[in-house]
Amino acid sequence: MAKDFRKEVEALRPYLVRYASIQLRGTDAVEDVVQETLLAALAAEATFAGRSNLRTWITGILKHKIIDVIRQSSRHRALDAVDGEESAEDFDALFDETGHWRDPPHAWPHPEDALQEKQFVAALEKCLAALPARNSQVFLMREHLGSETAEICKELGITSTHCWVLLYRARMALRACLEKGWLRK
Amino acid sequence: MILRMGKISCKEASRLISQAMDERLSFGQRVKLRLHLVLCDACRNFSGNLLLVRRAVARLFEK
Repeated sequence: MAKDFRKEVEALRPYLVRYASIQLRGTDAVEDVVQETLLAALAAEATFAGRSNLRTWITGILKHKIIDVIRQSSRHRALDAVDGEESAEDFDALFDETGHWRDPPHAWPHPEDALQEKQFVAALEKCLAALPARNSQVFLMREHLGSETAEICKELGITSTHCWVLLYRARMALRACLEKGWLRK
Repeated sequence: MILRMGKISCKEASRLISQAMDERLSFGQRVKLRLHLVLCDACRNFSGNLLLVRRAVARLFEK
């Protein structure tokens, strides 16, 4: 095995840990998943040869490992999946009796330069970390890993309504959090 | 008559906006949502906010 390849792969470890930590919050699987990913990458050096971006390639391996972990752990947790099954009622407080926004959303400025963008992303990471673990997991499977909703429901053993409610909640909570943490700073 | 059938609240609209990011809405839902969005700045802003979040999340680990 080429020494450089091993070095380059190892250098990605902190990035992989950060990536896995967000998606596997509340589990102790992060280290294992990263380790397995690094080993798989080193063993597959030949497959990588000729591809352009090492990080993209390794991230692809990691995504699969993360989905495996989520699938396994949701099998154990299928029974307590009822948390949050009740619907989206927690957001009733955001609307008045006639269903109008109490605090109508404003248009957000687009983060234009690199610094603004960095602040936005930092706020976003904080807000993601503040979501209940299951919410952020479903949300990230959908928005970051790009899974179809039907697939997520199946992986997690939950109904499509529950899945949809979790996504709605995550978006409502993130939006509110960002408006407070990023926009009104 | 379409207008009457199309009346939904912001609360309902916010749910449909989120749902539309995950699956194709039914024809009736699309009509209702569109009519609502034409008239409602707040929900248009809400929708824009969610799209910005979506784009940012997709790029979360790029840098």
